[in-house]
Amino acid sequence: MKKTKQLFAGLILMALGLGTVQAEYTLNLMKGATKVSHDIYDLHMLILWICVFIGIGVFGTMFYSIYHHRKSRGHKAAQFHENTTVEIIWTIIPTLILIGMAIPATKAMMELDDVQESEMSIKVTGHQWKWEYEYLDNGIHFFSSLDEASNKARQVGSGIDPFTVDNYLLDVDKPLVIPTKKKIRFVFTAKDVIHSWWVPDLGWKKDANPGFINESWTSVDQPGTYRGQCTELCGKDHAFMPIVVIAMNEPEYNAWVEKQKSALAAEAGSASKQWVKEELIAKGKSVYETNCSSCHMADGAGLAGTFPAIKASKVVTGDINAQVKLMLDGKGMMPAFGKMLSPVDFAAVVTYTRNGLGNSVGDSIQPSAIQTLQSATPGAGK
Amino acid sequence: MSAVVAEHDDHHDHGPAKGLLRWVITTNHKDIGTLYLLFALAMFFVGGSMAMVIRAELFEPGMQFVNPQFFNSMTTMHALVMVFGAVMPAFVGLANWMIPMMIGAPDMALPRMNNMSFWLLVAGVLLLASTLFMEGGAPASGWTLYPPLVLQTGKALPFAIFSVHLLGISSILSGINIIATIFNMRAPGMTLMKMPMFVWTWLITAFLLIAIMPVFAGAVTMLLTDKFFHTSFFDAAGGGDPVLYQHIFWFFGHPEVYVMILPTFGVASTIIPVFARKPLFGYSSMVYATAAIAFLSFIVWAHHMFTVGMPIAGELYFMYATMLIAIPTGVKVFNWTATMWKGSMTFETPMLFSIAFVVLFTMGGFTGLMMAVAPADFQYHDTYFIVAHFHYTLVPASVFILMAAGYFWLPKWTGHMYDERIGQLHFWLSVVSVNVLFFPQHFLGLAGMPRRIPDYAVQFADWNMISSIGGFVFGASQLLFLYIVIDTIKGGTGEKVTAEVWEDAAKHSLEWTLPSPPPYHTFTTPPTVIPTEHI
Repeated sequence: MKKTKQLFAGLILMALGLGTVQAEYTLNLMKGATKVSHDIYDLHMLILWICVFIGIGVFGTMFYSIYHHRKSRGHKAAQFHENTTVEIIWTIIPTLILIGMAIPATKAMMELDDVQESEMSIKVTGHQWKWEYEYLDNGIHFFSSLDEASNKARQVGSGIDPFTVDNYLLDVDKPLVIPTKKKIRFVFTAKDVIHSWWVPDLGWKKDANPGFINESWTSVDQPGTYRGQCTELCGKDHAFMPIVVIAMNEPEYNAWVEKQKSALAAEAGSASKQWVKEELIAKGKSVYETNCSSCHMADGAGLAGTFPAIKASKVVTGDINAQVKLMLDGKGMMPAFGKMLSPVDFAAVVTYTRNGLGNSVGDSIQPSAIQTLQSATPGAGK
Repeated sequence: MSAVVAEHDDHHDHGPAKGLLRWVITTNHKDIGTLYLLFALAMFFVGGSMAMVIRAELFEPGMQFVNPQFFNSMTTMHALVMVFGAVMPAFVGLANWMIPMMIGAPDMALPRMNNMSFWLLVAGVLLLASTLFMEGGAPASGWTLYPPLVLQTGKALPFAIFSVHLLGISSILSGINIIATIFNMRAPGMTLMKMPMFVWTWLITAFLLIAIMPVFAGAVTMLLTDKFFHTSFFDAAGGGDPVLYQHIFWFFGHPEVYVMILPTFGVASTIIPVFARKPLFGYSSMVYATAAIAFLSFIVWAHHMFTVGMPIAGELYFMYATMLIAIPTGVKVFNWTATMWKGSMTFETPMLFSIAFVVLFTMGGFTGLMMAVAPADFQYHDTYFIVAHFHYTLVPASVFILMAAGYFWLPKWTGHMYDERIGQLHFWLSVVSVNVLFFPQHFLGLAGMPRRIPDYAVQFADWNMISSIGGFVFGASQLLFLYIVIDTIKGGTGEKVTAEVWEDAAKHSLEWTLPSPPPYHTFTTPPTVIPTEHI
């Protein structure tokens, strides 16, 4: 009874979900979008069929025996207990099958490993809990976090039905954009703990280890949007740092690069302009939600014993320069935001925390002041 | 003269101590075996409750019941409790009960150490459980305790590490005791190649245990010094390497999973011949296959780390070495099938669980073979596909065989027969629900769902709901087993069981030559006839 109810509820949820954009569910490994992913798919199917074939043989024999060689059918037990010929055969045949599997597997492995002659490089850095992308050839650099709609819906007791959110948990604020038909080398590292970068359509995942560099490569033939997730447990929001890769044809990609460059220039300009407090608070709210709320919580209440509250915090209600310094340099699990946030975002979020989330200190800080401090902090200030 | 007789009587007659103290101070292998088995059963339900929390949260997309940090604590603690609190102690319990009775020995070789190793286990598991109530919560880094993440644990970290040390010492002591018993206490005529398969598999397992537990202790001690004493074993900023931990952990971890499966093989090889009424097929190849699997387990560890970033030579070596495991494992499965072939089979509950073990363990073996192929593992790694894989090799394999062992030997231990109808009901509920629980997880993993996540994209919703339903039914079904155990201890069907319990069982192994239940002390004089039907 309960089971039917649950299935019924599932069907209703599915019907509700029809209005939103979601991937279809699948049973098998996806073929993916690259030659490597196709090779891996073929390898997967080969082993799968070998296993199915062996399974039918072994289980078939076993069930034949279970049916026919039972006491209730009056079968008398034979007393044999070894047969050297049979034992040699069933050692040699599996060995041959394994060799047959190892050959294509070795080929695919060699192909995956070959990062030579790549045409561009992207550095991927894992952070708790977002990805940082740096285009090593043209200087484009940004962070990519879970999009706002998913982030709101995924809070405990949010009351928002995930089926009403487009690409729930698989959408980001700024996707990684790559050109099609180019061999792209990825280098991976991490800032804090180990993460792992996986887009199933590309055919592989690679760990991002703090203090070390890993490499991998891809070359996507068709333009499209490919989604994935972090696959190495990296703390409480491990499930909430998705990856979105958009592959574009060369002209669109070049246009995107130009747009990014001019946006960077515009941002640099806005840092030197004088901002009013209300503007900073308004901007700071969204910066807070993307960068701070996963630990300090959306309402600034923190998490007792692990993440301090922002609300009525001594740091936030104390000297503004001390707060800025702590945020620039980081402390314990708190990352150093000096490098991660632009001067405008930094000043905005400082001002927001001091004048929002239940605090009302009243002061504010200008992006230009942050810019000066960032360039004075070693390693900070992009 | 009379004084001599009195002393003689005194010596032979002393049964268990009176009252509760009996269970605290006992050095009797049967008592300690019982303690281990009951403790393991209790922990099976504790670890199972944690699994129910996990499956409840995953029932639907969205966060309904727990916060993500607590969810991660649940997956971590579920694994640690099941591995170190349930499955391993259950097999040690079986070893305690059965090894002396199977080799015709009066007790374990080191009875006081035996008592100590049980109570260290209890202390270790209780310490581990206490971390749930500490500031910052229980460890939430997965049971593999990978740094740097594990170093973000709150107050619980040193307690969890100390608990691992206690559990390790307990396992090492058990291992030493089992080896000492098997090498020194066999009845005359019980040569190594006449030992029951269960004794053989435990002998090999015991060597694995004493080889690997110190390695794990070393790894967690390095975590401790990294956290509190400013060393940098696993911190690149100080010249260390977080991946080094993974190499050390899996050098322990891979043999560790075989610690849970080798005795499983032993019990299956014990039960199947009895109900097929036929000798085990290929006894000596079974022994060699077990040894080969144990040896291979030490040289394949990095297949858990294909995506960590290894040189191509390393990837290829670990792929080839891992694929080799399929050969001795295949031999075992073929041997069990050949043992059934042309037998005269009956299907009592222990046999049903054993057949389900052979079939479902083989499925876990197939997915293991798939994951051995390194490039394909680049897709499977850390998804629900591997969750399905290792649960197939642990739940319908190790746990099913523990159930089978329970049904098989409960009549021997208690002298009472369990209720066959309820036993079969338990079997059918378990075997159906365990597949509803774990089979869909293959689909989820292939479709792209990572493991260790409390919430997921909505295309994974249907199979997660089905998996959760299977999980709840499986969890509830195990209450039947608890009922059967209690009922059988209290008298069961009331049917008087013979020494042999199962038809011609005494031809297979020595324990069936003893009365049911066996007296407190058995084989104080060694048996003279060694059964050879199992060979």
